[in-house]
Amino acid sequence: MFNLIARRLLQAIPTLWVVATATFLLLRLAPGGPFDDEKPLAPEIKEQIEAHYGLNLPLHEQYFAFLGNLLKGDFGPSYKYPGWDVQEIIAQAFPVSLELGLWGLLIALSVGIPIGTLAAIKHNTSTETGLMGFAMVGICLPSFVIGPILLLIFSLTLNWFNPLGWSYASDRVLPAVTLGLLYAAYIARLARSGMLDVLRHDYIRTARAKGLAERAVVIRHALRTALYPVVAYLGPAAAGLISGSFVVETIFFIPGLGPFFVNAALNRDYQMVMGTVLFYAVLIILFNLIVDIIQMWMNPRARHD
Amino acid sequence: MTKHEREQIANDATSLGRDAWEQIKRNRMAQIGGVLFITITLLCWIGPALSSYSFEQQNLAYGPQAPSTEHWFGTDDLGRDLFVRILTGGQVSISVGFAATLVALIIGVTYGSIAGYVGGKSEDLMMRFVDAVYALPFTMIVIILTVTFNEKNLILIFMAIGAVEWLTMARIVRGQTRALRKLNYVDAAKVYGASHLSILLKHILPNCLGPIIVYTTLTIPAVILLESVLSFLGLGVQPPMSSWGVLINEGAKKIDIYPWQLIFPAIFFSLTLFALNFIGDGLRDALDPKESK
Repeated sequence: MFNLIARRLLQAIPTLWVVATATFLLLRLAPGGPFDDEKPLAPEIKEQIEAHYGLNLPLHEQYFAFLGNLLKGDFGPSYKYPGWDVQEIIAQAFPVSLELGLWGLLIALSVGIPIGTLAAIKHNTSTETGLMGFAMVGICLPSFVIGPILLLIFSLTLNWFNPLGWSYASDRVLPAVTLGLLYAAYIARLARSGMLDVLRHDYIRTARAKGLAERAVVIRHALRTALYPVVAYLGPAAAGLISGSFVVETIFFIPGLGPFFVNAALNRDYQMVMGTVLFYAVLIILFNLIVDIIQMWMNPRARHD
Repeated sequence: MTKHEREQIANDATSLGRDAWEQIKRNRMAQIGGVLFITITLLCWIGPALSSYSFEQQNLAYGPQAPSTEHWFGTDDLGRDLFVRILTGGQVSISVGFAATLVALIIGVTYGSIAGYVGGKSEDLMMRFVDAVYALPFTMIVIILTVTFNEKNLILIFMAIGAVEWLTMARIVRGQTRALRKLNYVDAAKVYGASHLSILLKHILPNCLGPIIVYTTLTIPAVILLESVLSFLGLGVQPPMSSWGVLINEGAKKIDIYPWQLIFPAIFFSLTLFALNFIGDGLRDALDPKESK
C-alpha cells in the first residue's frame, strides 16, 4: 500500500512537468497576447504592463521563472483580474465547483447502482429493457440539452426552483441532476454487467442453496464484487464531472471555476489557464490514487498486482 | 494447395464479417440505429438543396417565428430557416465526428500496435505516457488547443479532438497486439523472413479488426458530443456556420420564449447519438463477444 502511494506520487512529478511545459508552450505559441484588446493600448503602456509581468523577458527565462514559482506553489497573478492572484481566484471559485461535482457524483451513484442492479436481477425481462433504455436516454441526452429542459419544466413552469444562482440549498438540485444523469447512466450499465457476471458464480449458487433470501444474496454477497467496474470507472468519471461542470455552471449561472477557465482561455490569461489546468491535473491524479486504494481495499486480489 | 482448398480458406477468412452480419441481422436495435443514422445523414446532405432557403439567408423583418407550413421548424432570431440550419449544422457535426475519429483511429492504431509489438521497456514507456495523458482533464486540453490557434476553423477543431481521443484506441490495440505477438503463426511468419512491418500489417492488425471497428463506432458519438460541448461553450464552430452544439446553445438561451429553437436541434442531435450508440453496441455484441457480456 505504502509502496503504491509513493510510486504514484513519484510518477505524478514528470506528468505534471509535461503538463506545465506543454500548456506553457502552447499558450506562448498562440498568436496574440493577454493585452491585445480590441481597443489597442498605447504601445508605451502595453510595454510597461508587459514589463511588470515579466512578459518582455526571453521565453526561456519566463519558463524557468514560471517553473520556479510553481515549485513554491505560486500560480502567479491573473492578467485579466488585476490585483488577484490565480490561487485566490481558485480558492474562491473552486469550493462551488467541488460541491456541485460531489452532488453530481452522489446522484450518479445513488441512481446508477440501484438501476443497474435491478436490471441485472430482472435479466431478460421487460423491466431490464425499460431500465436500460432509460440509461441509454441518459447517455444520449447531454447536459446542455437536459439542463435547459429541466430549467423550463421545474423552474419556469412549475416554479419549484430558482432558475439560476447558487444561494439556497434548493439551488443545488437542478444542476446536480443535470450533471449526474449522464454518469448515472454509465454507472447503471457497468453495475448491470458487473452484477450479471457475478450472479453466474458458484458462490452465489451456494448462497442461494443454503436458503438465503434473494435480497440477501444480492446485497450481501454479490454487490461488492459486482461494483468493481463501477469503482474503476470513478477515476475517468471524476475527470468528466470536471469538464461537465463547465457546461452546467454556464447553464445555471453558477459562480464556479468553469466559466473563469473558459474566459481565461479566450482572453489568453496565461497564468489563469495554466494555474487551473495544473490544479485540476493534481486533483485528478490524487482522485485516481484514492480510487486505486479503494479498489485494493475492496478486492484483495488487486493487492498483489 | 489446390484451388478448392484456397477457396475454402478465403471463405473462412471472411467469416468474421459474415458472423457479424448474421448477429446484426438478429439485433433489432442495431438495425433501427443503422436505418436512423443513414436517414439523418442523407437528410442533412440532401435536405438543404431541396429547400428554398439557405442557412445564412436572413429575414430581419420576419424575426423568430414558430413552426409553420412555410418554416417547418420555425425560424431563429435573424429570421433564418431553422430546418435548413439544423441540417447544415448536422453536416458539420457529423463530418467533425468522422474526421476526428479518423485522426484518433490512425494515431491510436499506429501507436498501440507498435507499443504492443516491440514490447519490453519501450512498450512500458509508451504506455506510461498514455496513462499520464489519460489522467488529465481532456476537455481543458481541447479548449487550450482550440484557442491556441486564433483561426477557428473546422480542421483545427477535429485535429484537437482527435489528438485527445486516440488514447483508448491505443490501449485496446496494444492489448490485442500483445496477445497476438506471442502466437505461433507470428513466429512462423518471422522464420519465413517477413519484415516487422508486414507482420504487423498482414498478420496482427487484421486480427485486431473486431475491437478496432467496435471502438471506432463508439468514438464517433463521443466526438460529436465533444464538438457540441465546445460549440456550446462558444469555442467551436463560429457563425454564420452552425453545428448542433451552436444551435442548442442559441436555443437554450431563449427556451422560455422560443422553445422550438432548442427542441428541434436537440431532437436531431439526440437521435443521432442514439443511433450511433445502438450501432456500436450491436457491433460489439457481434464482433467482440468477450466485451459484450
